[in-house]
Amino acid sequence: MPNYRIHKTEYIDETKRVSFKYDGKTYFGCEGDTLASALLANGIHLVGRSFKYHRPRGIVSCGAEEPNAICQIGNKKDLTEPNVRATELELYEGLEASSQNCWPNVKFDIGGINNFISPLIPAGFYYKTFMWPKSFWKKVYEPLIRLSAGLGKSPTEPDPDIYDHKHVHYDVLVIGGGISGIIAAKMAAKNNLKTLLVDDKKILGGSTIYQNNEAIKIDNKLSNEWLKNEIQEIKKLSNLTIKTRTSIAAYHGYNFLLAKENLTDHLPEEKKKNKIRQRLWKIRAKKVIIATGSIERPLVFNNNDRPGILLSNSINKYLDYYGVSCGENIILFTNNDSAYETSISLHKKGIKNLIVDLRKSARSELIKQAESLGIKIYFNYVVTNTFGYRKINSLEIMKLSEDGNTTVGNKIKLSCDCLGMSGGWTPMVHMHTQSGGKLNFRDDDQVFLPKENSEDQISVGSCNGDFDLENIIDKTVNKINKFLDIDNQDYQDTNIICSKENDKRNIWLLPNKIPLGKTKCFIDFQNDSTAKDIKLALKEGFRSIEHVKRYTTTGMATDQGKLSNMHALGIIADTAGVKMGTLGTTTFRPPFTPLTFGTLVGRNVGKFFEVVRKTSMHEWHVENNAEFENVGQWKRPWYYPKNGENMHDAVQRESKAARDSAGILDASTLGKIDIQGTDASEFLNRVYTNAWSKLEVGKCRYGLMLNEDGMVYDDGVTTRISENHYLMTTTTGGAANVLSKLEDYLQTEWPELDVYLTSVTDHYSTASICGPNSKKILNKLFPNLDLSDENFPHMSFKEDKLENINCRIMRISFTGEQSYEINIESKYGHSLWKMCIEAGKEFNLTHYGTETMHLLRAEKGFIIVGQDTDGTMTPSDLQMDWIVSKKKFDFIGKRSLYRSDTIREDRKQLVGLLTDDPKEILEEGAQIVSDVKSKPIDMLGHVTSSYFSPNLNKSIALAVVRSGKTMKGQKLIIPMENKNINVTVSDTIFLDKENKRLNA
Amino acid sequence: MFLINCPFCGERDQSEFSSGGEAHIVRPKQPTELSDDEWAEYLFMRKNIKGIQFERWNHAHGCRKWFNVVRDTSNDKILSVYKMGEKPPVNYK
Repeated sequence: MPNYRIHKTEYIDETKRVSFKYDGKTYFGCEGDTLASALLANGIHLVGRSFKYHRPRGIVSCGAEEPNAICQIGNKKDLTEPNVRATELELYEGLEASSQNCWPNVKFDIGGINNFISPLIPAGFYYKTFMWPKSFWKKVYEPLIRLSAGLGKSPTEPDPDIYDHKHVHYDVLVIGGGISGIIAAKMAAKNNLKTLLVDDKKILGGSTIYQNNEAIKIDNKLSNEWLKNEIQEIKKLSNLTIKTRTSIAAYHGYNFLLAKENLTDHLPEEKKKNKIRQRLWKIRAKKVIIATGSIERPLVFNNNDRPGILLSNSINKYLDYYGVSCGENIILFTNNDSAYETSISLHKKGIKNLIVDLRKSARSELIKQAESLGIKIYFNYVVTNTFGYRKINSLEIMKLSEDGNTTVGNKIKLSCDCLGMSGGWTPMVHMHTQSGGKLNFRDDDQVFLPKENSEDQISVGSCNGDFDLENIIDKTVNKINKFLDIDNQDYQDTNIICSKENDKRNIWLLPNKIPLGKTKCFIDFQNDSTAKDIKLALKEGFRSIEHVKRYTTTGMATDQGKLSNMHALGIIADTAGVKMGTLGTTTFRPPFTPLTFGTLVGRNVGKFFEVVRKTSMHEWHVENNAEFENVGQWKRPWYYPKNGENMHDAVQRESKAARDSAGILDASTLGKIDIQGTDASEFLNRVYTNAWSKLEVGKCRYGLMLNEDGMVYDDGVTTRISENHYLMTTTTGGAANVLSKLEDYLQTEWPELDVYLTSVTDHYSTASICGPNSKKILNKLFPNLDLSDENFPHMSFKEDKLENINCRIMRISFTGEQSYEINIESKYGHSLWKMCIEAGKEFNLTHYGTETMHLLRAEKGFIIVGQDTDGTMTPSDLQMDWIVSKKKFDFIGKRSLYRSDTIREDRKQLVGLLTDDPKEILEEGAQIVSDVKSKPIDMLGHVTSSYFSPNLNKSIALAVVRSGKTMKGQKLIIPMENKNINVTVSDTIFLDKENKRLNA
Repeated sequence: MFLINCPFCGERDQSEFSSGGEAHIVRPKQPTELSDDEWAEYLFMRKNIKGIQFERWNHAHGCRKWFNVVRDTSNDKILSVYKMGEKPPVNYK
C-alpha cells in the first residue's frame, strides 16, 4: 500500500495507528488525522461521484468548504449520517465511511454514463424535459428522478444519541481561533471582559499554526512559533472560555448566535456511549468579533474537477500539518503569491513541483525565494486542459495573450499526479451578512467585504479582506481597541516581516481555444454546474443572481457554494458587461454548515417533545381502558371500549346509558377563570353578548364571546359565586387565549375597571353527572343538600361538603339532561370521581368520553366552538340571536354585527340535516350542493358535526349552508366519491325541543 | 431573536413575549355611532410601516403585562419601551 505520509509533524501522532474502513476496505491513519488526510496518506483521492454527471471526484480542500469529499458515516439503521465532510471528520478507531452517489461503486459507477450524454442535460434540463406528456409525471418521471436524487441515505430509525442545549451570556464572543481571533480574544479578556472564543477545529491557530516559511516572521520567530506562544498565554486567562470543535451555525439579530459543539464525533464507538454527542449553544453576546478568515478560490478551466486537483493551500496544510503529500509530482496553478508558500514547503520536503502563474511577472520575496530554490515558474501561462480519468496524470498549458482574453502559441504538455489551484482568497462574510450586515465590493482583488455598520459587531483579519500578516495584526489591534473602547498596548512593538504581496491577476473564466460548449469548466463541483450553464442561463434571459443560482443550481448543494458563488458572479458580470459589485450576492442563510436535527431538538424528544396535561382522574381512565383524545395539550378520555367494542359501539352504548339512566364525564379540562372585583359584572357585560348585571348570586348563565369583528370566539357558563366574584368557564382549547384576550382589554382598553383575573383551570377537578337518575346519585353524595327543583333549579349553584371537603356544584347541562357539575380541589379529584362511580353503581352510571359528549350535545343542537364555527360565524349565523342583547350599549364585537357583510342574508348559517336514509351517516366536512348537474357545481356549505343518534335511532348532522335559515324542509345533496346522499334541512334541535328532560 | 426590556421585569428573551400589533389604536368609546367605514378603519386598518413603529407587546410567559415598544422595523432595533397609559416618547415621530 502506498504511503504518502512523508514526514513527522507535531499534530500527528505516528505511533498511534488508527484503523478505519472506507468503502468496506480497511486502512490505517494516525491519531490527529481527519478522514481526508488519512485517505490522502493512503494515496486515495477518488472519493465520490458528482451529482449530475457522476464524474469521478477527489478531495479538494481541507475544511468546511469541501464540495466533493462527503461521505456516509456508519451503516446502522439508527446510526448513520449522510453528507459528512471527510475534511472535517476527525479519524477514530473503527470509523466506517463510504462514498456517496455512486453505484455499484465509486470506481465503476453506472451513472457515469451521464457524463457522456452531458450535452443532452444542460442547465434547466429538468424544467425543460419533464413538462410533457402530463400523464408521465406521476408514473415515469417522478419515480425516476427520486431514484437518482439525493446524495446520502437517511437513518430509518430514531436517533439513539443524546443532544443538549445550553444558554450562555458573554460580554464578547470571538468567532474563529486563527491569528486575528486569538489576538482579539486576548485583548478582550485581558480587559476584564467575559469572553468566549469558538473555533470549529480541534486546535486553535487557523492557517498560521502550520505556517513555517522564513519569509514570514513575527518578533523574529516563525509565525507558527509566535502564535503557539500566544495560545499558551490566552489559555491562562481566567475570564476567557475557549470552545474548540464548535462552529457558529447562525447569527441572528441582537447578537443571538447558535453554535454547535461536537463532543463525541471524534471518539471511537465504545467511548461515545452514554455521552452527549453534540451541544447547541445559544449565545447572547454584548459584542461579537468575527474572525472567520477566508477560503481559497479554485480556478475555472477545462476539466478542473479531476481527482488530484486540490486547492493549493490545502496541499500545504496536508503537508505541513498532517505530514501528507498529495502527490509526488505536483503542479501549482496560481494567480497570486499564496501558491509559492505551498511550493516552497513542498520543495523543502523534497517533493518535485513547478508553478504556472497567470501573472506576467511578480517580484515579492517569496517569489525570489522560490526562484533561488530552482523551482520552475511559467509566468503568463494558463492551464487549458487536464487528463486522467480517476486521477489527473497530465495537463496542458498555453501562453496568455497580452489582454488575457485568449491563448497564444503552442500547447505544452506537462505530466503530474496532483494539481494545486489558487485563485486568490474569498473572505468568509457569512456571519456578517447573516446578522444583517451589508457588503462592499473591492475591485482590486475582487472581493466582497463587510461594510461596518454596527456598534455591536466587527469583522477582523482576512474575513475583513486583510490578507497579509502585517495588516492582519495592526488593523486587528487598532479596530479591537476602538470597538471595545480599551487601550491595549500588548502588540505595540510587535515586529512583523511579511514579504507576501497582495497582487493578483483575476480572470474568472480562463481562456481556451476549445469552444466553451465543448469544455467542462466546473464552477460548482457538487452540483455539477459549469461556466457553460451560467452563460446559457444568461442567454435564456436570466439576469438576477438569485434566478441564475436556482436555474443552474449553482451554490445549492450541501456546501452552499462556498467555493463556487464568487465565480458564478464573476462570470455573470463579465458576460453581462456589468461591474461585479453592482450584482450583489445571493443571500447567505444559516446554518453555515449543516446541523443535525438532533442538535436542534436537543432533549425535547419522546415524552419531552411536548407538554402533556392530565387531569386528576387520568389514572382511573387508563385503568378503565379509555382511548384518549388530544385536546390542546390535554389528554381527554375519548370513549371507553368494553369487551372488545369498537368506537361506534362504545359511543352508542355510552350515549344511550346517559339518557336512559345516568352518565359521568371528566370535565376538569374546561378552562376556568376566576373573576373578582367591584366591576366584575360590568366587565362581563362588555365581554359577553348578553347581559350580566341582573344575574343573581348563586346563578349560572351561558355566555357567548365574540371577537371585535363580530365572529364567535368562545363560549361557556359563568357562575356568580358572590356579589363581586364570578367563575367563568371556557372551552378546553380556548382557555389560554381567552384569558390573554381578557387581560388585553382590562390592561389596555378598560384600565379603569376594578377586575382581577386568575386562571384556575388546574385548581379544580370537575365530575359532570347527567341523566334522569343524576339527582338520585347526587343525593347519595350530598344527603344534606336540598336538590329539589325549587331550591336548586337548572342554572344555579350550591356549595356543600363531601367528607369535609368543599365542593362547588353547578346544575348546568351540555347534554340536555338534568345535570350536575361537581368541582373539587384538584388533589381530591381522583377520590371524588371514585365516590361518584361508587354512588352511581346501582343506577348504571356510565362513564363516557368526549365523543359521547359531542353526540349528546348535537342531539340538542348545542354548538361546539371550533367545530361548528370556524371564525367566520356570527351569533346570527348560528341561529343564536336570542343571546345577543339589544339593550346593551356596547360589548366586544357588537358594532360588527351590523356591518354590511355581517347582515348579508346569504351568509353560511347553521342548520340541521337529516338523511333520507336514516342509517346513512354523513362525513364531517362533506360538501353540500343543491344541484349536481350544472357545472361548475355551486357549493352551498359543509357538514360540521355528524353522528348516529341511538336515542333517536337515526342519523343526525349539523351543517353550515348558504342562506340555511330559510331552507328548512328543503332537499339538498351531499355528493360523495361513489354516490350522492340526499338530505333534508331541519331544525338544529333534534331531541326534546321543549327542554322537558332538564327538569324531569 | 430580540431582547426585550419589559418595564416590569427587565431584559428577557423574545420567546417570553407575544406581539400585539400596532399601538395607540384606541377602541372607539361609542362604536354604535360610527359608520361602517369608520369602524372598519379601527378594526382592520394598520400602518405596518418600514421604519419606526409603535407596537404593543405582552410579557405572556412572564408578568402577563402589556406595554408599548418603539421599534425600527427596518433593522429590528428596539428604541424605547414604556408602560400602557404612558405618553409615547416624542423624539420618534
